[in-house]
Amino acid sequence: MRRVSSVLPWLLLAPLVLGLLTGCGRSDGEIRIGSKKFTEGIILGEVLRGLVAETGLPVHHRRALGGTRIVFNALESGEIDAYVDYTGTLLHEVLAEDKAAQGRTLSERLAERGIRLAGSIGFQNNYALGMPEARAEALGIERISDLRDHPELRFRFGNEFMDRADGWAGLRSFYGLPQRDVRGLEHELAYRALASGEADLTDLYTTDAEIAYYHLRPLRDDRDWFARYDAVLLYRADLAQRVPEAVTALERALGLIDARRMIAMNAAVQIEGRTESQVAGELLRERLGILDATETRGLLARLAQCTLEHLTLVGVSLLAAVLAAVPLGLLAAHRPRLGQLVLAFVGIAQTIPALALLVLMIPFFGIGAGPALVALFLYSLLPIVRNTHAGIRGIPAATIESAEALGLPAGARLRLIELPLALPTILAGIKTAAVINVGAATLGALIGAGGYGQPILAGIRLDDMGLIMEGAIPAAVLAVTVQWLFERAERTALPRGIRGLGRTGGD
Amino acid sequence: MFELDRITKRYGSSLALDGIRLSIARGSTTALIGPSGCGKSTLLRILIGLIEPDVGHVRFDGQMLERTRIRAQRQRMGYVIQQGGLFPHLTARENVVLMARLLKWSSDRIKTRLSELMELTHFPRAGLERYPTELSGGQNQRVGLMRALMLDPEVLLLDEPLGALDPMIRYELQEELKQIFATLDKTVVLVTHDLAEAAFLGETIVLMRAGRIVQSGSLDEMIRAPAEPFVERFVRAQRSHRVALGEGA
Ligand SMILES: Nc1ncnc2c1ncn2[C@@H]1O[C@H](COP(=O)(O)OP(=O)(O)O)[C@@H](O)[C@H]1O
Ligand SMILES: [Mg+2]
Repeated sequence: MRRVSSVLPWLLLAPLVLGLLTGCGRSDGEIRIGSKKFTEGIILGEVLRGLVAETGLPVHHRRALGGTRIVFNALESGEIDAYVDYTGTLLHEVLAEDKAAQGRTLSERLAERGIRLAGSIGFQNNYALGMPEARAEALGIERISDLRDHPELRFRFGNEFMDRADGWAGLRSFYGLPQRDVRGLEHELAYRALASGEADLTDLYTTDAEIAYYHLRPLRDDRDWFARYDAVLLYRADLAQRVPEAVTALERALGLIDARRMIAMNAAVQIEGRTESQVAGELLRERLGILDATETRGLLARLAQCTLEHLTLVGVSLLAAVLAAVPLGLLAAHRPRLGQLVLAFVGIAQTIPALALLVLMIPFFGIGAGPALVALFLYSLLPIVRNTHAGIRGIPAATIESAEALGLPAGARLRLIELPLALPTILAGIKTAAVINVGAATLGALIGAGGYGQPILAGIRLDDMGLIMEGAIPAAVLAVTVQWLFERAERTALPRGIRGLGRTGGD
Repeated sequence: MFELDRITKRYGSSLALDGIRLSIARGSTTALIGPSGCGKSTLLRILIGLIEPDVGHVRFDGQMLERTRIRAQRQRMGYVIQQGGLFPHLTARENVVLMARLLKWSSDRIKTRLSELMELTHFPRAGLERYPTELSGGQNQRVGLMRALMLDPEVLLLDEPLGALDPMIRYELQEELKQIFATLDKTVVLVTHDLAEAAFLGETIVLMRAGRIVQSGSLDEMIRAPAEPFVERFVRAQRSHRVALGEGA
């Protein structure tokens, strides 16, 4: 009940909240935080924003501005006041051409540009080597040096790490590593191989979400081979004069986050499908007791976003499925031998449980909406292919013969006779696929695809029934609506002569 | 119009047509008759090129039926089957004008032709916008006939066009068909299993049995000089059947 009563005011306030969210103009004296265009960058930007917001100062987070160059330039030119970057990146990408800089520290060189390096956030995002936790524990491996005693280990590196001079080649001679079974491959496949026990070690970044997902242990670089990429807070030197309270607030981020926490936060966003804002808000609440109220989005805004994501997942995968499945069904109907193969293939895709199919996509497409779309696409094929096939095969021989006897060319026969006659059955197939798809798409949240599954998952984790309903009810409503729309289409879009002929395919 | 030479068609191990030789004159009306399964429909399909013979060949107006020109050749023939074979998702009008539209006839030309055909077949204007399921069996056959005649083909092929109709309507349509054939002066090949209908509508009757032509000519010739005992039996069976029903001979 608590939730219902808290929903009402939000419903009334929703237009206002939405207006604030979308149209917020830039007022003077506003502190502007920037972030680089990847999950970790955005989470850190949200942390900085929350810290400043707590002081009551006006603050705005310009999310995911772009790559290092763009964000750094924005800081230098004063478009933003602060953001988090990495020491290695600053040295090798931003200040690389600055040859005159020998002997001076990074802080000194940044200071010349009016930028203050305030210090480390508390973790590094380096290259590292990682092993499955259980295997590392069993073999007693904690440091890279420990690998010398285990020449039988199988190493699978991402292609980039294999190729770089400061990657495997350098590392091997530096540490004197004896392993022979070493190969480069797609990085996602390397993770997959670790998970299935076909490999023992891969390269990774020390805060990758996959460390949590695959339970990996990053090995300590005990002889400091890898360059250090300390996450550091950068802000404009003039901010200290303009708004000293803001600097004080921002500096609370120093030492706030260790690598474990950063991995967990990345995983929460990339794997559990939570938002960067939620994850940052939780950190601030836990560590500093800050309740971030400014950007807790209202129910409607959340609902709108989930709906948009869900409709995108369903719409895109279904459209692609229709475009692929109808021609496949036609092919199967006209070429019986090939048809058996096609039907068998899509049949197999359908028998894999939706959840398993989603997980199977990860090694090929990583996590996020991409793999979910592919899985939903595959999942939608069968009903449409089968019904297209059944629809065409179900046309009476006399009708086909009449079309042929009239002298209709094959294309016109397909377009004017076969497809319209099979349409009720094809529509029934698409309806089935759409309804299944709406349900299956809720599972997409498990691999970070968003949609209605996201509040459901979060609700399960937080044991919050209201949050679960926030996903479950709209998902059910959507499924019913989709069904209703298709039935309406069947009633109105089909010519009178063939209404009510929709069959579900099958034998 | 048609010259058939040693046409043989095999389905699996059974012979549907076995060395058919037949010549069909331009402007003639021919009725194919014989027990069910003797190959009448198969022969008609061979004429319009829906199936190709395993052996032998067909000349249509002096030219071989060939895959490369079969569509153009079919447009010179009209084909009507039992139950009409109408497209259920199209109205009567759409069924009839489908091919003319595809050939980009002007709407005036289509309208004129449609009116002529409705007059010829006594099809009511109100029925034009109905779907086949909303029309009676007899009306469906009229639509099928209009569709076959739309492009004004030289040949009309009918496979038991009245087979599925009840006797009263059937009788009525036999009269009409006879008139239509007389008006049109086309080459007509008609399949039926009813000897009286064959004699009434066809100038020449071709009697078939098990994929072969047993005798062709008029009904009188068949009665006076049956080519083999089967002809006599077939004629007698059909006539006694009618006598028993009290329809007279
Ligand atoms: N598509 C086909 N496949 C197999 N057998 C067929 C096919 N069409 C016709 N037949 C066979 O060929 C013979 C002649 O059939 P058909 O020409 O339809 O006979 P009718 O029209 O005289 O009743 C029959 O034995 C029939 O079973
Ligand atoms: Mg037949």
